[in-house]
Amino acid sequence: MTKAAELAKMGEVLTNSQIGGRRNIVINGGMQISQRGTSETGVTSGQYADAPDRFKVEMSSAGTWTVSQSTTAPSGFSNSYKFDCTTADASLGAGDYLQLSHYLEGQDLQHLKKGTSDTEKVTLSFYVRSNKTGTYIVEFYDADNSRSISKSYTISSANTFEKKTITIDGDTSGAFGNDNGGSLGIFFYLGAGSNFTSGTLNTSWGSRTLANVAVGQVNLADSTDNEWYITGVQLEVGEQATPFEHRSFGEEQNLCQRYFYKWINTGLDDNFNFYSPYSPAQVSAGLPNSSAICPMTFPVTMRASPTMATTISGGTLNRQTSTPFGFVAQMGTTSTGTHYPTQYLADAEL
Amino acid sequence: MDYDKITVKYYKEDDGSNSTKALKVIYNETVYSVPTDPANRHYAAILEWAKIDGNTIAEAD
Repeated sequence: MTKAAELAKMGEVLTNSQIGGRRNIVINGGMQISQRGTSETGVTSGQYADAPDRFKVEMSSAGTWTVSQSTTAPSGFSNSYKFDCTTADASLGAGDYLQLSHYLEGQDLQHLKKGTSDTEKVTLSFYVRSNKTGTYIVEFYDADNSRSISKSYTISSANTFEKKTITIDGDTSGAFGNDNGGSLGIFFYLGAGSNFTSGTLNTSWGSRTLANVAVGQVNLADSTDNEWYITGVQLEVGEQATPFEHRSFGEEQNLCQRYFYKWINTGLDDNFNFYSPYSPAQVSAGLPNSSAICPMTFPVTMRASPTMATTISGGTLNRQTSTPFGFVAQMGTTSTGTHYPTQYLADAEL
Repeated sequence: MDYDKITVKYYKEDDGSNSTKALKVIYNETVYSVPTDPANRHYAAILEWAKIDGNTIAEAD
């Protein structure tokens, strides 16, 4: 790029107010945080898998996959989200699909001014790699108003990370709710049956018509040779894809823990244990029961009251309540002087 | 979570009444505590699940 072109581009970026402050709306776009685990085999249905946080596998009858946090990544990145096909489905049924989704809260999207006359354009950029070249689709789905827009990109060179940039117009219809609900979904399609592909790709915002959301999408599930990687996912206001905003590991981890947190207890040396309150002195004092409670505060206020999955070694949980701030678990009965190592998962994903 | 394969029960409060704060959900031999928060995606799905004939929230153990 010539100096003049560089200056022109800089002026364009400045004009579009893309300099300064937080730019990337996507959380964990660099795929660094993987709290659930780093690899999961046998994935056949939609779930937040043991792979990078905040990205969800969405699928219906589209083969079997191993998904993982991969260390295969373009220069400047440590990780990517990887799909590896282990059982193929060369002929997807009409309603079958496979995609990687990322949902964002409406209250984090108010500056897009969606649903107003001065709505903003936004630009999505990412690095993608696959052995399977061809056309892929990204859908932007407004979950509050059931509106969507789709764009295609092409993987041109096999087994090489390519940077892709997609800019979409603002939408003058349908405001995002200013709340903690999932308002915008970004869907990276990897396969889609005819229910999603039989129409014309909807490249302008409009009411969502299923047949128009993924027209032209290749079927990544058609061979066990197939794999697909993505990282450096960035969504920002404006028409320019600025360099990926690398946040610190700790900052990104905190952002992820608003949606998911996992405590693994490895033994009595850890500081999260139920401990029976039932000491011999209490027994002799005639205290009424041997139940025990264990309150915990989450490291980050969560998006909503999370679903809890708590396991207690050697004991049984009989009741549990959670709030965005923490939870209280209760054991109905404990034995005198006994520690009960405990672990939990807290899930407030969108 | 495959909602065709879940069992949902109430938790019991100390006074014996059904808790209004959370539900006990058993799926794949794992016990989940799902708070009655409309913003929780599992609770929202259980509300839809409960509308289907034959799906009921069982009394506490």
